[in-house]
Amino acid sequence: MEVDQLQRNFLEYTNLLFREGFLDGQFSQLQLLQDESNPDFVFEVVSLFFEDSERLLNDLTIALDQQNVDFKKIDAHVHQLKGSSSSIGAQRVKNTCIAFRDVCLEQNAEGCLRCLQQVKQEYLLVKTKLEALLRVRVPHLFSLEQQIVAAGGAIPMLNDFC
Amino acid sequence: MPWLGKVNGVIAVSKLSKRRTNKALVVHIRMELCNCIEPPWPADELLMKYQYISDFFIALAYFSIPLELIYFVKKSAVFPYRWVLVQFGAFIVLCGATHLINLWTFTMHTRTVAVVMTTAKILTAVVSCATALMLVHIIPDLLSVKTRELFLKNKAAELDREMGLIRTQEETGRHVRMLTHEIRSTLDRHTILKTTLVELGRTLGLEECALWMPTRSGLELQLSYTLRHQNPVGFTVPIQLPVINQVFNTSRAVKISPNSPVARLRPVGKYMPGEVVAVRVPLLHLNNFQIHDWPELSTKRYALMVLMLPSDSARQWHVHELELVEVVADQVAVALSHAAILEESMRARDLLMEQNVALDLARREAETAVRARNDFLAVMNHEMRTPMHAIIALSSLLQETELMPEQRLMVETILKSSNLLATLINDVLDLSRLEDGSLQLEMGTFSLHSLFREALNLIKPIASVKRLYVTLSMSPDLPEYAVGDEKRLMQVLLNVVGNAVKFTKEGGISIAAFVAKSDSLRDPRAPEFFPIPSDNHFYLRIEVKDTGSGINPQDIPKLFMKFVQSQPLAAKNSGGSGLGLAICKRFVNLMEGHIWIESEGIGRGATAIFIVKLGIPGRLNESKLQFVHKVPGNQVKPNFSGLKVVVMDDNSVGRMVTKGLLVHLGCDVLAVASGEDCVRAVSQEHKVVFLDVSIPGVDSFEVAVRIHEKFSKRPDRPIIVALTGNTDRTTKENCLRVGMKGVILKPVSLDKMRNVLSDLLEHGYLSESQMTITGHEVVKMTCSEDEVVRMLLVHAQEYKLGL
Repeated sequence: MEVDQLQRNFLEYTNLLFREGFLDGQFSQLQLLQDESNPDFVFEVVSLFFEDSERLLNDLTIALDQQNVDFKKIDAHVHQLKGSSSSIGAQRVKNTCIAFRDVCLEQNAEGCLRCLQQVKQEYLLVKTKLEALLRVRVPHLFSLEQQIVAAGGAIPMLNDFC
Repeated sequence: MPWLGKVNGVIAVSKLSKRRTNKALVVHIRMELCNCIEPPWPADELLMKYQYISDFFIALAYFSIPLELIYFVKKSAVFPYRWVLVQFGAFIVLCGATHLINLWTFTMHTRTVAVVMTTAKILTAVVSCATALMLVHIIPDLLSVKTRELFLKNKAAELDREMGLIRTQEETGRHVRMLTHEIRSTLDRHTILKTTLVELGRTLGLEECALWMPTRSGLELQLSYTLRHQNPVGFTVPIQLPVINQVFNTSRAVKISPNSPVARLRPVGKYMPGEVVAVRVPLLHLNNFQIHDWPELSTKRYALMVLMLPSDSARQWHVHELELVEVVADQVAVALSHAAILEESMRARDLLMEQNVALDLARREAETAVRARNDFLAVMNHEMRTPMHAIIALSSLLQETELMPEQRLMVETILKSSNLLATLINDVLDLSRLEDGSLQLEMGTFSLHSLFREALNLIKPIASVKRLYVTLSMSPDLPEYAVGDEKRLMQVLLNVVGNAVKFTKEGGISIAAFVAKSDSLRDPRAPEFFPIPSDNHFYLRIEVKDTGSGINPQDIPKLFMKFVQSQPLAAKNSGGSGLGLAICKRFVNLMEGHIWIESEGIGRGATAIFIVKLGIPGRLNESKLQFVHKVPGNQVKPNFSGLKVVVMDDNSVGRMVTKGLLVHLGCDVLAVASGEDCVRAVSQEHKVVFLDVSIPGVDSFEVAVRIHEKFSKRPDRPIIVALTGNTDRTTKENCLRVGMKGVILKPVSLDKMRNVLSDLLEHGYLSESQMTITGHEVVKMTCSEDEVVRMLLVHAQEYKLGL
């Protein structure tokens, strides 16, 4: 594909993600940090995010399965998840975490379970989107980014078009 | 004749013929012979006997008179003429002696007796002559004593009379004093008058005493007070009676006829009424007492006091009684005027107190109303804006999706209406806060250049959409930084420029900014605008000229009034409520400035000019944490290369992101996950330590304290900054308490981190603008988002609707 086209596609997709609320400005910041000295920064951060989140979600599931739910621990986990998602710009995940924390304060186990479901859902969604945008675990699918780079173009930043 | 004794008859015999001669001779001889004296006349026995007895009594009397004299004089003790007495006594005694001795001469007596008799007579003669002579002198004296005595008696009688008079007067005086004292001891009008009448009645023994006061109209005298009897109230007489005039024309008490109307106080009976006297009592009004003058004595208002003596007593009015009455009348006048003054002042004071209470109540009510309104506004502020923005945002988003033409039209209408509503709400809320003075400017230091650049950036897109040019010219003597309310200044500028753009269809806008000198400061149309140049302030003058449709000069004054739309054309299309310029004017006034619009007429464009007072930074007394201007993102990066920093965050993603930021800025970053590791790892080479303080269950503040302790002796210990997901007041306070130099809200953007590092290295602490950010910073805006968004949307809508 043409670099321009690729770039435009990338931008449109990112735009879409922004518009749909999956990502927010923080993600642009991350993209800014990626340069020659740090070419895989975004990928590294996102991967770390995935790892972290999956671990946390696991822990949350286990914690909520207990007889006596330890709300403090749950709050700690959710806080972590909130922090991670906020650092990366995963807006919807972050918002859901905020709501989760409120429910946790109320010590409502039912509510917590529901929130957990929601968080999981959001996480999966954003994971898919991010994977599509960046490198994909499955080797045979190339991300748009890879394609652009392969075609010799630069990853366009959203800011340039403001 | 036995006694003839023994006369020798020898001689006698010879001369018998000449009997008488012989007899005489005989006797003579006889006497010569016996040494006896013959009495001169013959001794008739009866006559002799009577003489003898008379002489005896005369002698007796003559001897007893001095005895009596002496006795009585001795008794009286006052007799000045003792000599006279002695003389007179001697004279009388001698006379007595003479007559006594005379008793012996009735018969034949010896020569001795005759000698004694002669001596006594001689003595008596002498003394009596002396006495007679003395008496000539003394008798007039005695007589004059008598006259003097009479004189003195008269004098004594006179003095008695006068004494009686004085006593009477003194008593009168005493009465007056007592009366005055009684009258003056009270400041109550009624008591004064009543007391007067009672005391007068008592002092003078009056039968009746009455006081006639003039009515309000001044045409009649009304019987107000009487001493003894309750006459019918409201008993009046016209004031123009001759008798009354007569009394009023003199200050003295005047006797009047008991039959005159004012004196007919007692029921007519068979008694002969006593004499009546009337006197005027001047009623001094408050107005009569000028500050420096004595009260005008030619006051026209008098009351009449009538005094009646008891009937059938035949008593008359004495002068001193009349004087008493006059004096009392004067005193009463003074006392009454004092009472009147006091009454007035008490009344005034009561009135004032009432008014005070009423005012207080009104003020409290007003305050309550204002508070209620403010509460209402505060609630509405939030409640109304939130749904509004939701509607606008979602409608905008909706617009971006695929819509059928009718749907698009509907959405556009929705958007337009909601924009209108949002603008209206914002304007009203702003204006009411402005109006009741609760709005205060948020002063800070900002860059003028960046203010204008931002405004330009915001307006350029819209202007270019309408194909208008926008030029900005800033005079070289404009200071780089100024102190003022940046946000509101931007609001005013945007509003004015936005208006210019709105009303211009072709051509463009030119913005000029310069420092106003004294001649350009004054606007002849605003004489109350007195700019006072000073060393700490300057006046910024901004002129926004457009080539638009212009304004009718007659409409110009109405532009800044609330809710007034000047142009019917604009009214149809404008998204504003007519409050924009009113709000601008308020803001400009708050900044001690002035705003006005000049236009030559319809179709000739318009120029909006405003002057605001801004401070010069550095010369003003600013707070320690200064507002450093925001460095725009496209400036040259300050070099942080090699700066050693530590980042502590237990969240791996966050840690990585923060590290990435700092690395991108050129720092040498050490990232740790726990407080323990942090304290261990921090060395003297590290300049900044970023601590995440929002980790639940971990006290990052303690970490900060320990780090400080570790480097307590070193002057250049690392600066500790907190990273947190929430900036509430307690977090901030805690951070500053443990000695952290700043608080940053996560997530941190690249620009923000850059600015933070510059700040930290420059000042050693974070400025306010770095310490708090709200939400995400996608668009760099220093003014209110609402304003810009609203404007952008409005203009975008207008464009879309083909304006």
